[in-house]
Amino acid sequence: MLAMDYRGPKRVRAVQKPMPEIKHPEDAIVKVTRSCICGSDLHLYNGNVPDTRVGTTFGHEFIGEVVEVGSEVTKLKVGDMVLVPFNIACGRCSFCQQGLFGNCHESNPMATAVGGIFGYSHTAGGFHGGQAEYVRVPYANFGPTVIPEGMDPDDAVLLTDVVPTGYQAAEMAGIQPGDTVVVFGAGPVGIMAARCAWLFGAGRVIVLDHVDYRLEFVKHYAPAEVYNFKTDMQDPVLFLKKQTDWLGADCVIDAVGAEAAGDVLQTITGRKLLVQAGSATAVHWAINSVKKGGIVSIVGVYGPTDNLVPIGNVLNKGLTLRANQASVKRLLPRLIEHVQNGVIRPKELITHRIPLEEVADGYRLFSDKLDNCIKPVLVMDSAR
Amino acid sequence: MQKHVIDPKSVPGWGIDADPQNDPTYPMKPNRTDVEQQGYTWERPTQQPADVEVLHSIERPNLSAVFGTASPPVGLSGMIRRWAFRWSENEYNHWLPLILADRVNVVEGIIEDIAHGKFPNIWKEKGYNASWKHDRTGLVLRLAAFTAVAGGLVLWLSADGGKKKAKRQKHYRGAYYEE
Repeated sequence: MLAMDYRGPKRVRAVQKPMPEIKHPEDAIVKVTRSCICGSDLHLYNGNVPDTRVGTTFGHEFIGEVVEVGSEVTKLKVGDMVLVPFNIACGRCSFCQQGLFGNCHESNPMATAVGGIFGYSHTAGGFHGGQAEYVRVPYANFGPTVIPEGMDPDDAVLLTDVVPTGYQAAEMAGIQPGDTVVVFGAGPVGIMAARCAWLFGAGRVIVLDHVDYRLEFVKHYAPAEVYNFKTDMQDPVLFLKKQTDWLGADCVIDAVGAEAAGDVLQTITGRKLLVQAGSATAVHWAINSVKKGGIVSIVGVYGPTDNLVPIGNVLNKGLTLRANQASVKRLLPRLIEHVQNGVIRPKELITHRIPLEEVADGYRLFSDKLDNCIKPVLVMDSAR
Repeated sequence: MQKHVIDPKSVPGWGIDADPQNDPTYPMKPNRTDVEQQGYTWERPTQQPADVEVLHSIERPNLSAVFGTASPPVGLSGMIRRWAFRWSENEYNHWLPLILADRVNVVEGIIEDIAHGKFPNIWKEKGYNASWKHDRTGLVLRLAAFTAVAGGLVLWLSADGGKKKAKRQKHYRGAYYEE
């Protein structure tokens, strides 16, 4: 089968690989029809996540058709069209029982701090991902969700990560009616977080980024007030203080993570020298621009080591930090409802459809923000 | 800069998921249970057999019930990874060697390609076709900068090597004359 193959920082290709096999009685094999490249894949692509091994296939946002099931799979059958949450969850461990499906303890032996994630390095379990024609899906009785009749596949594929992560970012921000919400980052997750902030009753939504075409998109999509932190201001924190009666925003969301631009020291130490776990510019600004007693919600992905953040200000301002990988399975019922009712329109984020054979061009396009790219989706041969 | 004031009530779906309980005192666990108090006692799923080498964190006693089998540790990078997994996730001795192993693994990947009679197509793997199509100037500038730096480095090293060679010859000549 054809699959994406990681060869080193900023080097990927599509090659023929062996077909995946059932390794566990609760496994299923899914024939992938669509698979996105995610902003967090870029952390792997840039070589920033430890234990990213050459020969691994990335991809944690995918949908497809079940073509084989293990002996203990009872809730899916061959032929079902499924959307597969990016996190692998057993549904039985104490964390899953509490709805923390992004923190499953039975899906990743390599690290205890994170549950298993498809195609996201050996730090997240060493699973091949869905940027391939076929993929092994563990815990098929629990994770995969049959795509509701009539749902557009483009909407379905974004329900595997982007929509739940953006929604949970807003949920974790603890938004109260009328609150001012600031979102750092106008990538797909930031756009979705801004959109969902309104669902929780935000009174004002402000998005900061440095890429104008993305700001223009979110301005109309969310909708939101948008500002370019490189051209509209010198100091984003001071700017936001002025915008919020000098008190700071009620809630701030970091939807950027390790690849953040905007601060030379953070960029050099976090992205070039790798002496910290990515550039912490966004979370640094978030802590400093939220009001006293406010909430910082973090869904931007960082590496497992340390970051330079002003933790003293967290104490002095009495802040609450909330963060997690999205608990996709918990959120799906409500989010499917929102998509079916037209409250959230995920597919509008998709700007590029790329054949799997050209996966390297897709990564370059997304990574360098070429051709006004917001969300690229790999469309498999069988689905074209 | 653009000020773009939005009336919240005009936004479709405004407030439909508002939750007044969701403030910093509100627990994030959606289902409060006491199961974590009971420790590692849940009924575990069937254990996946380990048919390849799987390294596991020493912060847990066992393999998780399922795990990935992509790219088992091999070669020099595999030796480094095995060493790294002797340390807990709390230690730099765990993470920094893993990053080193990743870089070693890249070289191993190139050697493996060549051993299989295949020279990696770096232009294609780096997605430069997309850059050529959408950002030709940027790509040319980047490649020119790389070439200049690499060329400068080669010249500097070769000039330095020349100086060292001359110095060595002078030293030998001096030694000869002294004899």
